[in-house]
Amino acid sequence: MDQQAIFLTVRLATLTTLILLAISIPLGYWLAFGRARWKPLVEAAVALPLVLPPTVLGFYLLVLMGPRTAAGRAVSVVFGHPLAFSFAGLVVGSVLFSLPFAVQPMTSGFRSVDREILEAAELLSPGRGRILVRVLLPLIRPFLLTAAVLAFTHTVGEFGVVLMIGGNIPGVTRTLSISIYDQVQDFAYTQANHTALLLLGLSFLALLIIYGRRGRAGV
Amino acid sequence: MSDYLQVDVERTLGDLSLRVSCALSAPWTVLFGPSGAGKTSLLRVLGGLTRPDRGRVVLHGRTLVETANGAWVPPAQRAIGFVTQRPTLFPHMNVTANVAFGLSGFSRRACEERVGQMLELFQAGQLAKRMPADLSGGEKQRVALARALAPEPRLLLLDEPFTGMDADLKVSILEKLSTWLAEREVPALYVSHDVAEAFQTAADVVVINHGQIQAHGPAQVVLAGRREQLLRQLGEGS
Repeated sequence: MDQQAIFLTVRLATLTTLILLAISIPLGYWLAFGRARWKPLVEAAVALPLVLPPTVLGFYLLVLMGPRTAAGRAVSVVFGHPLAFSFAGLVVGSVLFSLPFAVQPMTSGFRSVDREILEAAELLSPGRGRILVRVLLPLIRPFLLTAAVLAFTHTVGEFGVVLMIGGNIPGVTRTLSISIYDQVQDFAYTQANHTALLLLGLSFLALLIIYGRRGRAGV
Repeated sequence: MSDYLQVDVERTLGDLSLRVSCALSAPWTVLFGPSGAGKTSLLRVLGGLTRPDRGRVVLHGRTLVETANGAWVPPAQRAIGFVTQRPTLFPHMNVTANVAFGLSGFSRRACEERVGQMLELFQAGQLAKRMPADLSGGEKQRVALARALAPEPRLLLLDEPFTGMDADLKVSILEKLSTWLAEREVPALYVSHDVAEAFQTAADVVVINHGQIQAHGPAQVVLAGRREQLLRQLGEGS
């Protein structure tokens, strides 16, 4: 089995999940409780990766990250190198591609909180941050777990975006799903089977965690 | 007591058009009216949970909301305690943590002391370590009262908080609550369907219907001769 690809994939998925949790908590809160007229615009943009072919997202990211656009050149200055075909570029792509898998459970979680409980907290505590940390996040823990597990597993399994913006560079951008593709191309079916079984087991375990926790939490 | 609360607000909520203009001075004011009359809506406006379309609210000389100049004090900064009919304790915190939630800025020792006092006041000391899911409706309500009073609010809003509570316990809790409020000169605005209660508590009464105040004054004056009419109205509304 491709040890390098396993390590790279776990690193990518962990980093992506942490970034997505940091983004999805405030974004999910705003989507659940915000009243801006243009909220549907943000909701649609967040959900776009659910319906968009990964290659389309990957293509636009590749163009954006390339040296021909102002954005690409600006990012190159920040990172010291172009994002395309780099691990950092892969992280950016993964975050965008898995965004709905983290944001939507968080939004549902915030929406599920009893309005009167939230109002009771607002009457007693002046800080929104304190209400978020002490009341909301503990109450939506099962949704938080779902967001984290879905973000992690979805990143582990992504193929199209990774191939478009990362290519297939061993140790840099070759993830497990790319590794399987390579092994099949080389007719190394036994190896491909081992890697595929690993992904299958990992995905099943993740879903088992989500449904197990949901069952206990009564969600 | 001089006027502690001046209210002049308008708010349209679905079919209800709330238009209330009054000044309250009695330490204990009972808000009467049939279901859907606008009692809860008025309390929500006072507590800052609903914004009025127009008007102002002034509590103890401090403007809480004034739509004309955009003034708005958030709920937690109004120093108003609010206990609703359905106790809304935080389900993931035990009774002690629930009561302590509004005590930010207290030292740990002062916080423990205050929580203990409030729980004792409402005969809930033995519930300190219990979780809300393990409490009866009446116990939850007593904890909710302790939680609302712990930060020592300057106005207490009570929206039928004793519904479903044992009659003897209700009398005992009401007595202790009245004493506590009187000692600290904290006025209370109390939504109730019980006409007898208004007489017992020597309260001022505000009769509200269709979102407007129909009568306001001492219970003996407002309710005298209106008892039958009020009972009929309450019967129709509930």
